[in-house]
Amino acid sequence: MASDAPPLFAARQPIFPRRVSGTFRRLKWAILIVTLAIYYVTPWIRWDRGPNLPDQAVLVDLLNRRFHFFWIEIWPHEFYFVAGLLVMAGLGLFLFTSALGRVWCGYACPQTVWTDLFLTVERWIEGDRNARIRLDAAPWGPRKWRLRLSKWVVWLLIAIATGGAWVFYFANAPTLLRDLVTLDAAPVAYATIAILTATTFTLGGFLREQVCIYMCPWPRIQAAMMDPGTLTVGYRDWRGEPRGKGGVKRRQAAAESIGGGEAVARYGAAVDKDHATQRSSRTGEILGDCIDCNACVAVCPMGIDIREGQQMECITCALCIDACDAVMDKIGRPRGLIDYLALDDRPPTQPGEVADVVVFAGTPAGNVSGTGQPAWVPKPVWRHIFRPRTILYTVAWSAIGVFLVVALFVRPEIDMTVAPVRNPTFVTLSDGSVRNAYDVRLRNKHGEARPFRLSLSADEGLGIEVQGTADTVVEVPADATRRERVYVVATPEAAAASRGRTEVRLWVEDSVSGERSFEDTIFNGRESFDERSGAAG
Amino acid sequence: MADTPKIDEATGTETTGHTWDGIEELNTPLPRWWLWTFYATVLWGLIYTILFPAWPLVSGATSGLLGFSTRGEVAAEIERVELSNAELTESLTTIDLAALPANGALHRFAVQAGRSVFAANCSQCHGAGAAGVVASGYPNLLDDDWLWGGTLEEIVNTVRHGIRNDDVDSRYSEMPPFDWMEGGELDRIVHHVRSLSGLDHDANAADQGAALFLDNCSACHGENGLGNRDIGAPNLADAIWLRGGTHEAILRQLMAPRHGVMPPWGERLGEAEVRAVSAYVHGLGGGEAQIADPVLETEAEDAAAVPDATYPAEAGETPEETGADDVAPAE
Repeated sequence: MASDAPPLFAARQPIFPRRVSGTFRRLKWAILIVTLAIYYVTPWIRWDRGPNLPDQAVLVDLLNRRFHFFWIEIWPHEFYFVAGLLVMAGLGLFLFTSALGRVWCGYACPQTVWTDLFLTVERWIEGDRNARIRLDAAPWGPRKWRLRLSKWVVWLLIAIATGGAWVFYFANAPTLLRDLVTLDAAPVAYATIAILTATTFTLGGFLREQVCIYMCPWPRIQAAMMDPGTLTVGYRDWRGEPRGKGGVKRRQAAAESIGGGEAVARYGAAVDKDHATQRSSRTGEILGDCIDCNACVAVCPMGIDIREGQQMECITCALCIDACDAVMDKIGRPRGLIDYLALDDRPPTQPGEVADVVVFAGTPAGNVSGTGQPAWVPKPVWRHIFRPRTILYTVAWSAIGVFLVVALFVRPEIDMTVAPVRNPTFVTLSDGSVRNAYDVRLRNKHGEARPFRLSLSADEGLGIEVQGTADTVVEVPADATRRERVYVVATPEAAAASRGRTEVRLWVEDSVSGERSFEDTIFNGRESFDERSGAAG
Repeated sequence: MADTPKIDEATGTETTGHTWDGIEELNTPLPRWWLWTFYATVLWGLIYTILFPAWPLVSGATSGLLGFSTRGEVAAEIERVELSNAELTESLTTIDLAALPANGALHRFAVQAGRSVFAANCSQCHGAGAAGVVASGYPNLLDDDWLWGGTLEEIVNTVRHGIRNDDVDSRYSEMPPFDWMEGGELDRIVHHVRSLSGLDHDANAADQGAALFLDNCSACHGENGLGNRDIGAPNLADAIWLRGGTHEAILRQLMAPRHGVMPPWGERLGEAEVRAVSAYVHGLGGGEAQIADPVLETEAEDAAAVPDATYPAEAGETPEETGADDVAPAE
C-alpha cells in the first residue's frame, strides 16, 4: 500500500460542547435530576411488609427468588409480568420513536444522562468550551495536572456512587452499606461495584459519543423506525440557506427587493421564483437566516453539524435548538431555524423543479403568488404526534398495560400447580386399588405460615391422600413454596380404576382465610395400561 | 488502480483511493480505540492459553500454569459439599433406624440423598420412576407389596446384602420347578392360584387345585397363598404379580421358575448411602411402619393402601426451585 494511503483507524476527535441555556436545556436538567434521584434514592425507600418479609420498597431478592416492588411481589412463576413489561417497553419504543424520533437517546438514556453529568463536572472544573480547548492543547504542566486530576477524582466519586447504588437494589440497602464499609459484604458486591465504576468512569468520561456511534445498536434500530412524519431535531435549510454572515438589514433589504413580503417575514428565507437565482445568491446578495455562527456545532455533545441533515450520530438532545434560538433572538429573526420538525414538514417545491442536493431545498411556491399570503403553513405539532401509527401503538401498549394490571389484581394469594407423576402412570396396590401420584406445589404468599387443606372433587370411589399427613392439611411457611407428594386412589370397584382417563379437580383451601384455588388434572386408570407396568389385572 | 484518496461527492466521505472499473471504495475508518481493544483481546487470549489448559498436544493438552482443570473443580466442589454435609452423614450412619423417620431434617436429607443414589445405582433395573419391569421380574417399589419386607429396617437389609448373590448374609430362596407334574395338575394349580385374588378361573379346576396347592405350595406360600417374607415367597392372593398374573405367566413360573438377583450394595455404597436410598425407597408410597408384632406381617398385606402415616412431611420448605433434587416427573 502506498505511503499516502488514508488511515484505516482514526483517533477520536475530542469534543468540547459549549454551555447553553434554554427551554430544552432546562428540560434536560429536570430529567437529569429526576432520573438520577430515582436511581439513587429508590433503594432507600422503606416499605413495611410484616415481620417475615424484607422492608425495602424495591428489592430484587435473587437468593429467595422474589421481586418486591412496593406492595407488589413477583414470584419466579409469574415472570410473565416481566415479559409483559418488556413487550410494553418495546411498544413504547415504537410509539415514542414514531412520534418523536430518538427522544430516548436525547433525554433519558443513562449514557446521555451520565455523560451530561460528567460534562457538567468538566465544565465546572476546567471551564467552558474555549478554556477546555486551550487546556487540551496545552502541554502537561502543574495546572493541567491539577485540573485533570480533580476532574477525574470527581468523576471517579460519581462512578463509585453509581456502581454502589446498583448493588443496593439486590440486598437490604442499610445493612449492605454497613457491610460494604466494614468490608463484610459479599465479594460479588465489590466486584459489581468495581465493574460498574469502571464502565461509568470510562463510558461517561472518555468514550461518550463513541458509545452511541460505535457500540449502541439503537441508533440503527431507531432510524429504521422513523418515518417522514416523525418529529425530530432538524434544520430548516429552506429558511436558513444560503447561510452567510451578512448583516441583518442587508439581508432584509435584499429579500424585500425580490418581493415576497410577508412570506419573507414569516420564513425569513431568501426567496426567489428562480431557483438558479437563489443558488447564485450564495455570493452574498441574498442570504438565509443562518448566519453561520456555528453555535449549533459548538454546543453539540456529539460533535456534528445538524445543518448537514439527519445523521446517525444525532441523539436529538435538542441543545442546538436552544443555541440557535438564542442567536435568532439576537438577530431579530423568528425562532425555529433549528427545531423539532418532520422531514415532510417543508414547503412544497414548484412543479417541475429539481430539488437541490439538500433534501429540504425548495422554494415556497406560495410566496411568489403575489397575494402576499403564504399558501403553505406547517403542520401543527399535534398532527405529527397523533397519527394512525402512533394511535395504534398507544392502543396496543395500553391494552397490555390494562391486562397486566388486571392480572396483578386477580392473582390469588394462594396458588397451586399440579404435576402428575407419569413414570409410571399408575400403581396397582395389593388390594387392587389404583393409585396416581402428583407433585403438588403449594404457594403461600401471605406474610405468615398458613395451613392449607387439600381436597378433591371427582367421581365416587376416588380419594385423596397427602404423603405424611393424616388429614390432608399441610402447613406452608410464610412467603414460601412447599412441595408435596399427593396420591389419588381409586377403589378396585370404582369406574375410574378401570377407565383410561378421568378428570379430577384438586382444591387447595387456606384454612385461615378460606381462600380457595383449584387445578384440574387427569387420573389414569387401568385402561391407560402400558405393557411395561405389568399385568395389573 | 489509482492511489489518490479524495472526497466522494455524493457522500462527502473520503475514499481509499482504490478504484476498480471506476468503482471507488469509501474509507470509513474504525476508531483507534477499537483497534487497541482488539489487540487487548489478542493479548488476553495469549495469556489465557498460557495460564489455562489450551494447546492440544499428541496426547492430552498443555495443562496451563494455574493447574486448573474442570475435573479438579468438580472434585473440589464435591469435597466441599461432603464437608458441609459431614455432620448429617455421620448422624445418618449412626442413628437408630426406627428413629430416622421422625427426625425431620435428617430424614429429608436422607430422602434427597437417596434420590440421587437411586438414580445412579438402582434405576437401571427398577426404572427411573421405581416402577420396576414386569417382563424382567424387577419389582415395583411404589406399591405396598414387598417380597422381603417393607419396613425401613428390612429395606436397608435388602439393599445392604442384596438377593441371591455371594454375600454371606444375602437373602436367598429358590422355588423348585414343578415340571415333573402332569399338565392337568399344573393347570388346576394355576386356576386355584388365580382364584385366590379373584381373577377369572374355572371354579371346578380351582377346587381340585386347592389340594395340590396345599401339598406342594403352601409350605412356602402359605395355606391361603399369602406368602412368606422370611423366604421371599410372594403373596399370591393380592393384585400384584411380579412376573405377570395371566394363566400362561403363572404356568411358566411353575414349570421353570425364574429368580431375581440383586447385588449387595453395603460395600459399594457405604452405610450412609445404603440408609439414604432405603429411606428414599421407603418413602415412595409403599413403605411400612415398624411392626412390633410379627403376626401382623401377613395381615398387613390386606390393609388398605395407606402409606405410612406417621412420617412428617418431607421437603418443600425451601424456596421454590432451589432444591437441586427437584426432579421433574419423567413422562
